[in-house]
Amino acid sequence: MNTLIVNGRHVKAREGAMLLEVIRQAGVSLPTLCDHAALEPWGGCRLCLVDVTRNEWDGWAKMVVSCMFPAEDGLIVRTDSPRVVETRKVVLDLLLARCPDTPLVQKLARDHGIEQTSYQPNPEPTDCVLCGLCTRVCDHIGVSAIATVNRGAGREVAPPFHEAPPDCIGCLACAEICPTSCIPFTTSDSKRTIWGKAFEMVRCTQCGRAFITKEQAAFYDGRNGVPASYFDTCDECKRRAQAQQFSRLSAGAGR
Amino acid sequence: MRIDSKAQFDSAVRNAKKAAAGRKLDILVCCGTGCLANGSAKVAEAFAKEVEARGLAASVGLFTKKTGCHGFCERGPLVVLKPSGVLYTKVKPEHVPEILDKTVAKGEIITKLLYKNPATKKPVEQYTEIPFYKNQTRVAMRNIGQVDPTDLEDSLAHGAYAGLARALFHKTPEEVIAEVEVSGLRGRGGAGFLTARKWRAARKASGERKFVLCNGDEGDPGAFKDRSIMEGDPHAVLEGLIIGAYAVGAHEGFIYVRDEYPLAVVHLALAMEQARQRGLLGKNILGTGFDFDVKISRGGGAFVCGESSALMRSIEGKTGEPRQKYTHATDRGLFECPTVLNNVETWADVGAVLEHGGPWFAAMGTEKSKGTKAFSLVGKVKNTGLIELPMGTTLRHIIYDIGGGILDDRPFKAVQTGGPSGGCLPESHLDSPVDYEKLTEAGSMMGSGGMIVMDDRTCMVDVARYFLSFLVEESCGKCTPCREGLKQLLVIYDGLVAGRGKPGDVERIERLAAGMQLGSLCELGKSAPNPVLSTLRYFREEYQAHIEQRACPAGICRDLTAYEIIPEDCNGCHACFRACPADAITGESKKVHTIHQGKCISCGACYTACPTDAIRFFPKVALAAAASGGQGGAS
Repeated sequence: MNTLIVNGRHVKAREGAMLLEVIRQAGVSLPTLCDHAALEPWGGCRLCLVDVTRNEWDGWAKMVVSCMFPAEDGLIVRTDSPRVVETRKVVLDLLLARCPDTPLVQKLARDHGIEQTSYQPNPEPTDCVLCGLCTRVCDHIGVSAIATVNRGAGREVAPPFHEAPPDCIGCLACAEICPTSCIPFTTSDSKRTIWGKAFEMVRCTQCGRAFITKEQAAFYDGRNGVPASYFDTCDECKRRAQAQQFSRLSAGAGR
Repeated sequence: MRIDSKAQFDSAVRNAKKAAAGRKLDILVCCGTGCLANGSAKVAEAFAKEVEARGLAASVGLFTKKTGCHGFCERGPLVVLKPSGVLYTKVKPEHVPEILDKTVAKGEIITKLLYKNPATKKPVEQYTEIPFYKNQTRVAMRNIGQVDPTDLEDSLAHGAYAGLARALFHKTPEEVIAEVEVSGLRGRGGAGFLTARKWRAARKASGERKFVLCNGDEGDPGAFKDRSIMEGDPHAVLEGLIIGAYAVGAHEGFIYVRDEYPLAVVHLALAMEQARQRGLLGKNILGTGFDFDVKISRGGGAFVCGESSALMRSIEGKTGEPRQKYTHATDRGLFECPTVLNNVETWADVGAVLEHGGPWFAAMGTEKSKGTKAFSLVGKVKNTGLIELPMGTTLRHIIYDIGGGILDDRPFKAVQTGGPSGGCLPESHLDSPVDYEKLTEAGSMMGSGGMIVMDDRTCMVDVARYFLSFLVEESCGKCTPCREGLKQLLVIYDGLVAGRGKPGDVERIERLAAGMQLGSLCELGKSAPNPVLSTLRYFREEYQAHIEQRACPAGICRDLTAYEIIPEDCNGCHACFRACPADAITGESKKVHTIHQGKCISCGACYTACPTDAIRFFPKVALAAAASGGQGGAS
């Protein structure tokens, strides 16, 4: 167990934890956009910047992103030093200029005392904060259908060549993980569309409800020992069947 | 034939030297990228043909050699005759027979092809007597321009791999690191980290698989020294890498070269193939049992891929984006293995350090910056080109003695060092010695050795804007402060140069710059505000002029500048009329000319062309003031 000091309070950290986790455990709130429990930390949004120092560093401190800095024993962390607060404000001010109409960004900025951006508002407002969650979750699933394209100011999330992505399985993970819900999609019993690609749905052989795309079923077929028959029924029907089986068994055991 | 022992190596060197000695007369034609662009390939071809036709190889032992960059690119195509050392500049294929007839056959010098020293107005015969060359000390570039980069034997005759032999036959890996430590060698890519310390960390790091990498992603505008080294002496780079690999215990390496350097890729690949055949690279190097091989990884030319973590991701086949890391690459770098990454020039220095010893290298330079440093000297300087000098040389010596001073003898204004991560230093810094610490203190940095000289006709606001426009394209865009910050800085600068500057702009720039320095993920973003901050530090009054008076003191920002002819100084020579691309000047020969403001695009071509200084520029706002009946400079 490592012991750290966060904003003056002693906090214990589990082995292998990153600072962000420990800071939040200590009840200190820090804004983040690119952090997600299911994914490796990435360090892109720069909102979770903190100052770290040690007693032996003689007053010298360095600024790090807490999502990626290991919670080492003896670290003294400040989330509210003047330069940390100022830098975070600059970052939020810039994000507000990029996404002037996005409620989440507006709220984060307002929480930090920024009502209006000091910079030139984006002439083509977007809701995408380029946190990279969508592309990273797509990579994590093993599909990699979308990626960021272009460098610098022209960076955006897109499928290859801005065409319907051949590898996309229509799982909607990108749309669901997006903190500003800016990836459009439609889904119904017969059809799903996302990234300009249309998907046919698989229907449950029991209840008839559409619950997965054909591409999803094909993608998972054979992976991690999942048999093809697994997708004959939807999760709900599977649960019902299991519950019935369980109650039969337990009824048998009680006899 | 493979070289498998010290005795065989010594004999191979002896044979190579003997073969080289058989070349009684050598004609060295510079075939670096600069001279090639000026047509040196045709010159080399013409020499080869003529020499062949006249049978000069057999009769007088005359050979021609295509070498790497001689450095004096300003005067290319360059031809050096050895052993006499006569340098001919701006040589064309039609000069070839004349050179053979006169200089080779009779020893006559062709004066029109000689370099003329602008200070003494006298032609100089020997290249070693030209100030541009005389004042240099070459270590990393020791063989460039001397050897044929496509011929390993020629390099061997010039001492290539002598450092490697000394390392492998006489030193343990620890002793190699100790030698480099004594030399004081620091990274030539910019940050100046101690090379030996990096190597030692990688040597101590646990892990079977280790890598040594060469950073050849030179991307600073105006920098070309790494390209010239890779093109002109690829064996120096390879030798350094092999020594480094031996020192840290690595068996694999990569040379990361941007694909815009096709000649470097070709010469490196050829050098690797030749080195493998001779047992200098690959399995059981020089029969010592040490295995090491290297691959070329061609980068797509992204500036950010020169950043260590982005370079490694790129080699791994991933998107070339920096990764936040709180561990050193020497512990976990390429493919999560201990990795040493050094710049091309650093690797090229290593062989010389091992050959001549650490103390020899440490004897050059300043207290903390040892040895020599290569620079690409460009901009408004008479002798642009590639140079190498001891650390601690003053900027004045570089710009005036080697560079020959400012073009057209205009006043010096600033020198930009370190590329987009560096800064602009004013005249008051001309006498400060160039080393890592001094440049950083002054708000610039060593960077990759680009040195851009600027004269009084340079607007420092415009210069900062130029670097921002470069970086806004080259930032990877991963982290918010760098991506969005550069975009917004550029918006502010676009306003400044267009006369839309507002009070408070300077403060907004400074706040944003501080946020980027502290908040950005990698060194590109952290150092991106340097050109901005250094110009603010030394040329703040120019910013104020742009904002408060809507004036560009250098007369460069077109939206702020107007030109007019001073009637009493105009002799009617018509030069401005001819220079004007916008048909904005009228006037008959030998009569006073006039600039028509409605048509003038403020390009300044007339100003440059006027031989009598009869054209002056003034703030454009004065035109409007004059039109409305106020006081103004417009006629």
